[in-house]
Amino acid sequence: MHIVVAIKHIPSIADELPVRHNNIDFDSVDFVLNEWDEHSIEQAVLIKEAVGGTVTVIGVDVIGELDNALHLALAKGADRAVKIAAEEPGADSHQQAKWLAEAIQNMSPDLILSGVQASNDLDGQLGPLIAAYLDLPYIGGTSAIEVTNGKAMVLKEFPGGIGMRYEIALPFVAGVQAAPKPPRYAPVSKVRQIAQTAKVETIEPGEGESGGLRFLKMAPPVVTGHAEMIQGTAKEIAARIVELLKSRGLL
Amino acid sequence: MAPIEKAVAIEKENVIVDGMDISGPWSRIFEQRTIFDYTPELIEKVASIPGAESFANCYQCAKCVAVCPVDVVGNYGPRKLYRYAQTGMDLSEAPQLWLCTTCANCLRVCPKEVNMVRIMPAVREQAILDGKFVPAELQQAFENTAKYGNPLGQPQRKRDAWTQNAGVPVPILKDLGRPVDVLWYVGSYPSYHPRGIDAACAAARIFNALGIDFAILGKEEKDDADSQRLAGEKGLFEMMAEYNIATFNKYEWKEMVVTGPHELNAFKNVYPRYGFSRPVVHYTTFLVRYLDRLKPLLKHPIHKKVTYHDPCYLGRHNGEYEAPRQLLQAIPGLELVEMPRNRENGFCCGGGGGGMWMDSFTAQHTTMRLSEKRAMEAAATGADILAVACPFEVSRFEDAVKSTGNEHMRVLDILELLDRSMRGDVEI
Ligand code: SF4
Ligand code: SF4
Repeated sequence: MHIVVAIKHIPSIADELPVRHNNIDFDSVDFVLNEWDEHSIEQAVLIKEAVGGTVTVIGVDVIGELDNALHLALAKGADRAVKIAAEEPGADSHQQAKWLAEAIQNMSPDLILSGVQASNDLDGQLGPLIAAYLDLPYIGGTSAIEVTNGKAMVLKEFPGGIGMRYEIALPFVAGVQAAPKPPRYAPVSKVRQIAQTAKVETIEPGEGESGGLRFLKMAPPVVTGHAEMIQGTAKEIAARIVELLKSRGLL
Repeated sequence: MAPIEKAVAIEKENVIVDGMDISGPWSRIFEQRTIFDYTPELIEKVASIPGAESFANCYQCAKCVAVCPVDVVGNYGPRKLYRYAQTGMDLSEAPQLWLCTTCANCLRVCPKEVNMVRIMPAVREQAILDGKFVPAELQQAFENTAKYGNPLGQPQRKRDAWTQNAGVPVPILKDLGRPVDVLWYVGSYPSYHPRGIDAACAAARIFNALGIDFAILGKEEKDDADSQRLAGEKGLFEMMAEYNIATFNKYEWKEMVVTGPHELNAFKNVYPRYGFSRPVVHYTTFLVRYLDRLKPLLKHPIHKKVTYHDPCYLGRHNGEYEAPRQLLQAIPGLELVEMPRNRENGFCCGGGGGGMWMDSFTAQHTTMRLSEKRAMEAAATGADILAVACPFEVSRFEDAVKSTGNEHMRVLDILELLDRSMRGDVEI
């Protein structure tokens, strides 16, 4: 059983997103592991713990700092870490999917997991594109995957609290919405130990453009209105609310 | 205060549980046991962890249990842990592993120097590395510290946003571009927690009024991570310490003043092991030096009865008991009353050693929060105000006065009291 987890290193939205020209100013933001990838790593490790096998984590190293995320994945139970040294912070999901698919092709995986989406594009394309390149089936929005005898039972979430169970033959690609358990915590002591000893394999990105989006313009959203904070004593506040309701013709 | 209820033992004439006859008085001995029926295995397992060796020193005198705050709200203390281990408890997997606040009161009285302040972090670290149970809230605090630089999970870029509310200039070292006398390390809770911000603003106004040449690190400041270390995440602590030491050493300053006792403990007692040894003082120790200049500024009397809670990490861990009291007594009109447990025997608020981030977990294993017990003690003195000197405490005690029906008692940092006496324009 070989599970490959495709991860993404994306700009952190914990801080303000500075814009330069038609994209994010990549030099002045921190990059972090996509939060859905924490779930796909957890899902992979859970399967490995249940049925054995190996977990390979692979990602495009867009700014040359992917090692931290890979060490974290190793600390959580992945066995092998691979980075595609592209150093192209603007590479979108389409481009990354192409590079990833080319690399994964040679790994003969039984199962490929990706986070169902990432906060830097939210189009959820990475998994489906990898599946398309590799000519494999794709299922997104999974909340539990169990593997038995060459098959997987997959729980997929739909809006409105509906879940559906699928039986799928391996290999296939899944977009993980959530692992069945919250992602485990990797102690920093362990991550630091691994950082000193682990070997991260590096491969070069393939040639050739992918399809995808072209950025024309990027700008922070314009603030159009804001809430009025009503202050004062309870009486004053109540009076102001009545006044407002009246002025809108609601009273 | 509610009357103390005594537990009533269940005594039934005829009880059979799982086929075992347990009828009769509760203290009935089913079978004689000799001490040799127990193995020291689980005690040795703890004591074999580097740092936790002193666990095996215990000779069961029980002095520690009498002073352990957790025993007041539960069943705890080094002696009991030792005994539990002797009778089959694996500390690394037991909930007891997370209940100690590293308050050091047991160490103060233990004739055998059984040191929970070292034992707990060591065993917790081992448990974390072995993938054993870790309370979820604590894990969240670890993750937040690793990801955002503070246990609250607030963005780094907002670390200095509080300065806008201070009403006085709060210079930032990076922008200042010159050496300063005092580097004021603000701390995570004073930077982000609404009630912590109140104390930070008060401190800024006091420093300004005293004409102190100070600056802060602003967005470059990150959590000291000492409580995370005591909760078992040594790697996280080391990562933060490396960053902080490099940041502190980027600038020229003569002395560091910290708002919190945990930061004092980190920078003064632990960072030296990582190569940092520059002077660090708590704000109470610092301000007391300026008492002559401060007194004339304290123009507005505060006619209130005030009791002071000694933070474990300022008092027992760092020996500062008098400076906070001197500052309080400098405020005209203020009457300082003591709680029965004070100074060396101060009662822990429950926030130390990671307890700050384990309240829901500890609630499952204790009868009440330590902060609630302490708030009741404070209220029993008849005090109008519970004064504190640790940024963990304001929020802990404010919750506790509410949940114990003591809302009439205000919880204020000494900084806030000094500031109010200085300005006089705020109601207490
Ligand atoms: S005071 Fe020390 S020796 Fe005595 S019971 Fe407690 S831990 Fe053991
Ligand atoms: S350090 Fe404090 S909480 Fe921990 S066992 Fe000792 S007295 Fe109890």
